[in-house]
Amino acid sequence: MRYIPHTEEDVRQMLATIEVDSIEDLFVEIPAEVRLDRPLDLPAPKAEAEVLRELKRLAAQNATEESHSCFLGGGAYNHFIPSVVDHLLSRSEFYTAYTPYQPEISQGTLQAIFEYQSLICQLTGMDVSNASMYDGASACAEAVMMASRATRRKKILLASGLHPEYRETVATYCRYLEMELVEIPAGADGRVDAAALEAALDKSTAAVVAGYPNFFGVIEDLASLAGAAHAVGALLVTAVAEPVSLGMLKSPGELGADIVVGEGQSFGMPVSFGGPGVGFFAARQKTLRSMPGRLVGATTDKEGRTGYVLTLATREQHIRREKATSNICSNQGMCALMATIYLSQLGKKGIRELAEQNLAKAEYAKQAIAVLPGFSIPFAAPTFNEFVVEVEGDVEALLLRLEEQEILAGIPLKKYYAGMERCLLICVTEQNSREQIDALVAALKGGLA
Amino acid sequence: MEVRNNLRYSEDHEWVLVENDIATVGISDFAQDAMGDVVFVELPEVGSNLDAGQPFGVVESVKAVSDLLAPLSGEVVEINEELLDTPDSVNSSPYEDAWMIKIKLADDAQVEALMDAEAYRSCIAEQ
Amino acid sequence: MSRTGTLTQLKVCPRAAKAEMKSGTATSGLILKDKLIFEHSDAGRTGYSLPALDVPAAALAAELTRAEVKGFPEVSEVDVVRHFTRLSTWNYGVDSGFYPLGSCTMKYNPKINEVAARLPGLAGCHPHTPERFSQGTLALMHDLQGALAEISGFDAVTLQPAAGAHGELAGVLMIRAWHESHGRSRKKVLIPDTAHGTNPATAALCGYEVVPIASGDAGVLTAETVAEYMDEDVAALMVTSPNTLGLFESDIRKICDIVHAGGGLVYCDGANLNALMGIARPGDMGVDVMHFNLHKTFSTPHGGGGPGAGPVGVTEKLIPFLPKPVVVKEAGNYRLDFDRPQSIGRMRSFYGNFGVMVRAWAYILTMGGEGLKQASQMAVLNANYIRARLEGAYHLPHQNRSLHEVVFSDQDLGGNCHTLDLAKRLIDYGYHPPTVYFPLVVAGAIMIEPTETESKEVLDEFCDAMLEIAREAEESPELLLEAPTLTALRRLDETAAARKPQLRYCPPQEATEKKENKSCY
Repeated sequence: MRYIPHTEEDVRQMLATIEVDSIEDLFVEIPAEVRLDRPLDLPAPKAEAEVLRELKRLAAQNATEESHSCFLGGGAYNHFIPSVVDHLLSRSEFYTAYTPYQPEISQGTLQAIFEYQSLICQLTGMDVSNASMYDGASACAEAVMMASRATRRKKILLASGLHPEYRETVATYCRYLEMELVEIPAGADGRVDAAALEAALDKSTAAVVAGYPNFFGVIEDLASLAGAAHAVGALLVTAVAEPVSLGMLKSPGELGADIVVGEGQSFGMPVSFGGPGVGFFAARQKTLRSMPGRLVGATTDKEGRTGYVLTLATREQHIRREKATSNICSNQGMCALMATIYLSQLGKKGIRELAEQNLAKAEYAKQAIAVLPGFSIPFAAPTFNEFVVEVEGDVEALLLRLEEQEILAGIPLKKYYAGMERCLLICVTEQNSREQIDALVAALKGGLA
Repeated sequence: MEVRNNLRYSEDHEWVLVENDIATVGISDFAQDAMGDVVFVELPEVGSNLDAGQPFGVVESVKAVSDLLAPLSGEVVEINEELLDTPDSVNSSPYEDAWMIKIKLADDAQVEALMDAEAYRSCIAEQ
Repeated sequence: MSRTGTLTQLKVCPRAAKAEMKSGTATSGLILKDKLIFEHSDAGRTGYSLPALDVPAAALAAELTRAEVKGFPEVSEVDVVRHFTRLSTWNYGVDSGFYPLGSCTMKYNPKINEVAARLPGLAGCHPHTPERFSQGTLALMHDLQGALAEISGFDAVTLQPAAGAHGELAGVLMIRAWHESHGRSRKKVLIPDTAHGTNPATAALCGYEVVPIASGDAGVLTAETVAEYMDEDVAALMVTSPNTLGLFESDIRKICDIVHAGGGLVYCDGANLNALMGIARPGDMGVDVMHFNLHKTFSTPHGGGGPGAGPVGVTEKLIPFLPKPVVVKEAGNYRLDFDRPQSIGRMRSFYGNFGVMVRAWAYILTMGGEGLKQASQMAVLNANYIRARLEGAYHLPHQNRSLHEVVFSDQDLGGNCHTLDLAKRLIDYGYHPPTVYFPLVVAGAIMIEPTETESKEVLDEFCDAMLEIAREAEESPELLLEAPTLTALRRLDETAAARKPQLRYCPPQEATEKKENKSCY
């Protein structure tokens, strides 16, 4: 067993030092009645080459961006990952370390998280960011709970355009916390229906939660949502599932959001069947103490040199136990590092140009599809790199026909929304060439026949 | 460990100074020493009503956190705003600069139930 | 202008320390300083490239857009590479050396796992890919679920939770959903004083009141204690076995019977499964729900704090409540089952940390059933070997036979030195310190978990260092109190960090504009 170094002689000597006769004697505290009296029913050990062959066999059964023309988004996005990201991430001092409990030998992780927190604040326009959370959906649930703590209110208004899986996750987390979750429908243009929101808002409302852009790719009017929420003393929680958009969109902070969460997978992480990514979480200075999750802060060592430490830990479960702001006890360190490397490399100009390319490509596709007979764009509000298409005909059958041409054309919205059986969510990123988009449009046109 | 003779003490290590019907509350020298370097203090809003034994705030060091329990019932009429920005004074001046709240007493009899300095000295000697 | 004038030579450690250090692997050397990535920024510098735009440019209304992302760095690719390479050298990982962080199972992270997780057909599979084009990922998840169920003795496993604490949340939510489906609204969860802090925090998140219960003098929970606390308002008991003292809860079978007889369920924190693989199975002990930590037991890297994965195993009665979707196999094909009316719902978006699952599956395939059992046996052997070598020099508060980890205390440490000082001195010897001051039931706890991937030579060197430090504490305590001295930074001021939190970098102009903003560095 190549990961276990013990020789028979080592074992013999160690048992002698322990003063027992056999390995078996080390397990005396485990009563016979709960012992497993047979070998585990698992395959025999495999050599490295065999394991790799088996995993390649599984990998070959999947479609990817390389085998297909892919227009799937909906919370996970195909973006180009520069070679630098994985190369630096593979420095094993980074990935084989754990939580930086001992700051003197963890400055690499700590400074990287400090830089991550800074980048997230700049991107979201907020004062403070935590060291990251599991994913965008769970960060959104944490934001809802924090809003409830901060306002001491229990009613949460969730825009129906908020990513449906984020809404479901919020519901799971709030299941036994006596919260009232109310869904606010989207208006005809794809944004939150202002009248419905106004009608639902009252003095018991803790938060309004909206996507930015929302699940339909539509750019919500955050300033209006913030105004409406603040008028009754509620907070605005903004969830950003596609943060590349923040390269050009006004920051949620500037528009009045109180908590900004989102999914950072777009920043240098592969789609990896939906995980791991990284949930980001940013808030205002005044609510710092009720934030969930780890925080890294700057300080000095005993000789006055700048260094970084985990700080404000008294909010966390290992100290406050049942009164903690969350039960989370880790972050997505490696993924936060990927985002930090990616955003550093992209920089101020890169994030802008990337966002503009996504917008341009999606807009090009949207306009071409809008004029196809049998297709329409139901929502008039501006979109970023995703948009909804309504099809006169059977969406499932259409998708199947496109799959035969090795095109994964989009996500059928029937899965998430009653009444949207004929709708499809199409995502176009910088990874989709004009040729691919033209082929998609042609295939859609032919596919309906 | 300093225990001041002119104060009353709760079992939870808060001190109380009663002047007329106003009680000033803080934490004792013993308590600040046990906490270590205090980094944060949270206090209630002026106007809130407290029952004796009810949490009214929080005091935190780097690795510990303690609820502050109201030693007496009554309305909070003033809080030490300055303390919120200078939590270290809990360590340097627990009986002066680091007073926390002033309560308008609801029931004078509750004062008698608190320990006097002598009783508090023997209480902390046991710990 | 030169930006490279940052070479510095490490401070030479104090002569006394150097002369006396006979063991350990640390030495002084050249280490490179670096500033924040933002401080490398120079307007106009770029480190990225995008293909030329092949479609017409598009614009959004001005009121929707920002001028720029203020503060973002402008650096070259070389700047990025050098910056993060330098940062990496300030870290200590399992690949650097021995990392006996108790309760965290810092075993070696096999490199084939990393290669496997990066295979384009796995890393590149989009979560919205139709099932007929994602059979490979679904098959892997299905088989991993099956293997975890076999290892733990449970009837079903969900892979959705992203970490141990997330798995706990899923588990306790299922417990509550099960009670409610039987029309019971129990209010309390019993948690031993040796538990991880996540246990009470999780119970509170599920709307439960936490009732702490004391483990006995021997460091284990007794059936009598549990019986005393068990009543009709108790929804569940959360245990960790082996517990955080590294001791097997030998009454576990009886304890489970008592809780079940009282109408409650038993949750097991599976953080310490590395002691039990192939030897005993929590599902066979009467436990109803348990989370796994793939990043502990199944060798996936800890990543400086994550991502991990926290699958949850359950017995049959809890299957209807599993988070959805669930991966199922029907007629040779795999699919995601969303039609689960009693499910607690979804814990996160998509299906879990798939990339972590791939690594764990590669590990299980490599080890096989036999290898996993050997791993647990050697992990327990290693912990007991360290215990045997250090007992006498260090105070051992509990006498029961240790499993995969051993907890000492600083009670016998001389020279007014404490656990923290020992930990910092170990750094000078070239080791990552053990977990310190946990579990809370042992004052000054030193929790050592060696794992099976360390050789006798490594353990001997570590034990020599521990013994030498115990001597130093008696003879020259300043070596401990001043430690670490070989690191680029000395002890850091955590009090100052917490009193005036500086949680992000602010560009110089913003810092002056927003003086009131205290979170800026």
